Amino acid sequence: MLLRHTTAAVAERSALTVNPAKTCQPIGAMYAALGLNGCLPHSHGSQGCCAYHRSTLTRHYKEPVMAGTSSFTEGASVFGGQANLVQAINNMFTIYEPEVIAVHTTCLSETIGDDLPQIISKARDDGKIPARKFVIHANTPSYVGTHVTGYANMAKAMVDYFAEKNGVRSRAVNIVPGFVEPSDMAEIRRIAGEMGITPILFPDTSNVLNGPLTGKFAMYPEGGVTVSELTRSGSSKATVALGRLAAGPAARAMDVKCKVPCHILDLPVGLKKTDEFVDVLRQLAGVQVPDSLEVERGQLLDVISDMHQYLHGVKVGIVGDPDQLIALTDFLVSVDMIPVHIVTGTPGKKFEKRIREIVKDVPHRVNVSAGGDMFLFHQWVKNEPVDLMIGNTYLKYIARDEDIPLLRYGFPILDRVGHSYFPTVGYRGGIRLLEKILDALLDRKDRDSPESGFELVM
Amino acid sequence: MSQIEVLKDRKSQIHLKGSEPFEMTCDRHSLSGSVSQRACVFCGSRVVLYPIADALHLVHGPIGCAAYTWDIRGALSSGPELHRMSFSTDLQETDVIYGGEKRLYAALTQLIDQYQPKAAFIYATCIVGIIGDDVAAVCSRVSREKGIPVLPVHSEGFKGTKKDGYRAACDAMFKLVGREDTADVSPFSINILGEFNIGGEAWIIRKYYEKMGVQVVSVMTGDGRVGEIGRSHGAALNVVQCSGAMTSLAEMMQKEYGIPFIRVSYFGLEDTAKALYDVARRFPDNPEILTRTMDLVKNEIRAIEPDLKEYRKDLEGKRAAIYVGGAFKAFSLIRALKTLGMEVVLAGSQTGTDEDYRILEQMCDEGTVILDDANPVELSKYVIEKDADLFIGGVKERPIAYKLGVGFCDHNHERKIPLAGFIGMYNFAKEVHSTVTSPVWKFAHRRRRV
Ligand code: SF4
Ligand code: SF4
Repeated sequence: MLLRHTTAAVAERSALTVNPAKTCQPIGAMYAALGLNGCLPHSHGSQGCCAYHRSTLTRHYKEPVMAGTSSFTEGASVFGGQANLVQAINNMFTIYEPEVIAVHTTCLSETIGDDLPQIISKARDDGKIPARKFVIHANTPSYVGTHVTGYANMAKAMVDYFAEKNGVRSRAVNIVPGFVEPSDMAEIRRIAGEMGITPILFPDTSNVLNGPLTGKFAMYPEGGVTVSELTRSGSSKATVALGRLAAGPAARAMDVKCKVPCHILDLPVGLKKTDEFVDVLRQLAGVQVPDSLEVERGQLLDVISDMHQYLHGVKVGIVGDPDQLIALTDFLVSVDMIPVHIVTGTPGKKFEKRIREIVKDVPHRVNVSAGGDMFLFHQWVKNEPVDLMIGNTYLKYIARDEDIPLLRYGFPILDRVGHSYFPTVGYRGGIRLLEKILDALLDRKDRDSPESGFELVM
Repeated sequence: MSQIEVLKDRKSQIHLKGSEPFEMTCDRHSLSGSVSQRACVFCGSRVVLYPIADALHLVHGPIGCAAYTWDIRGALSSGPELHRMSFSTDLQETDVIYGGEKRLYAALTQLIDQYQPKAAFIYATCIVGIIGDDVAAVCSRVSREKGIPVLPVHSEGFKGTKKDGYRAACDAMFKLVGREDTADVSPFSINILGEFNIGGEAWIIRKYYEKMGVQVVSVMTGDGRVGEIGRSHGAALNVVQCSGAMTSLAEMMQKEYGIPFIRVSYFGLEDTAKALYDVARRFPDNPEILTRTMDLVKNEIRAIEPDLKEYRKDLEGKRAAIYVGGAFKAFSLIRALKTLGMEVVLAGSQTGTDEDYRILEQMCDEGTVILDDANPVELSKYVIEKDADLFIGGVKERPIAYKLGVGFCDHNHERKIPLAGFIGMYNFAKEVHSTVTSPVWKFAHRRRRV
């Protein structure tokens, strides 16, 4: 038992996190920055943070992840990191030749109080930033918020630095996806395409973190939103944010800065939430929902109806990020499953309220924690076992110890592939999620049911 | 890709054997803006102390530092698993403003009450160094109150490189040494230092020594226990593996307790055999130890030789690139690859010293590229130029190798199979063989051209 030290009795903990269900802001900012074409993320702090963030992203995507670091020394942490950052900017533009450097802070540089806008303008004044090249920044102290906040902050920085309105409203629609997989971003683009919309999608990590084997090492893979697209985004006719926490701030900033009206939606996971997304796109494009999407929707519905008796009453425990959990809980409830334990590591009062709203008709007590950890989740599971768990790789300890099937979903997934290639958003993503849920449940049933209950046809 | 420039200031950290007189700058801080593969002080301390399974490991800092080091090594324990949990004080904004000492005290006492660990290590991360928490004071207070050693690890990330983290870990561990009774320690006894029991390696090595008739007092830190470390000063000899990590502890023990130490490597046939013989020769009063050692080496090698020969047939003449944490590991790898008939075309490390690189350059053939603290662009440039068939490195290098269509072998903490000892050499050969001869590379563009 790897987690033999987990006790069933839940005790109050105020100063201690055990087995976190979250990580720190900069990794989210680094991920978002990789969704900008030709961008080199830069970690303004000591080397360690950057190494950890790159390693973790690499383990999740199984792709090279490039980022620079200011390599703080003791000197820098006493006198401030200005000299380091200016030198770093100079070195990176000279050698690695990015289009954009996206700087995020770390706990260290935040605590010292480095003023990034001032340092960046000094770098510009000193001629360290070549013409038509850019340095942008986001503040990402990890003692506030989590990796989700960091993603949101860097997505917003793209608006703050680049979006411009040129007085004419274009027909383009901006779409800001939340902290989702490259495959999800591509799927969101495809769905918009089906509706006749060519979106400005940012950040967009498809073709960056799910690239092909080419025999070459590309410092800057092909994908990502371009600076010119971002510049034009200020003249788009609307912005759609998918995921209130991760994508909302960028959309609102666009509204404030360029008066582009925003629609802030939940992630399009499952039938209802995808309907909401498609409906907004339909209104924006002024078109009917095309047959192609209607068919996909019908197929999802078909799968649910075919298998609904296997979904009915299944108790589920989920751990993940708020945007994902809200949409997923909604989906699970809509297919007659019972989410009984719901934990996110990201604190926030609204989260619990929204979940309570979604599960209000569920005929079961539901445990919800925002700002909880895996230890608490495990304790809940010990007290009330579930039939299925959904969450990131770290749940595998609990899955093994308690012998419960696990569906890997969220960040990070360190031990399986597929998430970068196959989406879980949209109607098709809903089918894939169901497929995975049913595989986990029915494999278990095939293994465990007595011969009398062993079925060939299910 | 052929015309990749190298950072001007980095030139002195790259050496091409045969092209110029040997002179390398190393042991220096990474250049700001380098996409370095290096980690921090905290990382060094964490990997060294982590395998001590009955101690509490509490990371004092914001959540990230703890989250990224949660169960990152395959360091196995035969008993308690407390080390596999991730404990963090998860500092919040108010703590950063008003200090985190109260929080640390609360977390620490709660954890000790709950788990009754034998000792506690408190890791200070960057931010703790800046906000000025007196971690040592909190530790000694809790230690008094709870009656166990509570040891601060001064591992603020910015205070150097991973190597400084090793030292900080050794400093903390040294405080555990000498706390226990050594009455039953044999005069023919050793401590194994710098062996972390990845994939059960410490168990393999320990068994060799036991077969030889040498008592292993403690393994530091693989499958480690606080009590064993406490009586490690009773051992007659410290056997230190991998120069980087635990030499400073051996030095301290030599100074304080007069225990001599030798450096060894358990990687590859030659090195493992040499290690065991070196230890045996330290006990001339008991000649049976040497006799048993000779038998052991003979039997172990005989058992795997036929398989190695088979692998060698396919691997002969293939080219390898090595980029690892410590240079000492690189030496062993070069020898082991030679056993397999392979040629080393690139050798580098994150934290080698001047002396290390001198040895490296002597071991390598003409034309071999030697690198200190390399970045991915340099690595990929030389892998392509030298047309390597195999890359040996850590987590960040793996996908780069694969993108280039080159086989990969993990020689860092991500791996799960034991590569130490004679059986480890067999495992290594098997893994190298499977990746180098994988049919997938036939489909990779670069190789298809050749
Ligand atoms: S110091 Fe902050 S930014 Fe760096 S790893 Fe720790 S939590 Fe993350
Ligand atoms: S904050 Fe410091 S100690 Fe923590 S990971 Fe970053 S460099 Fe290392």
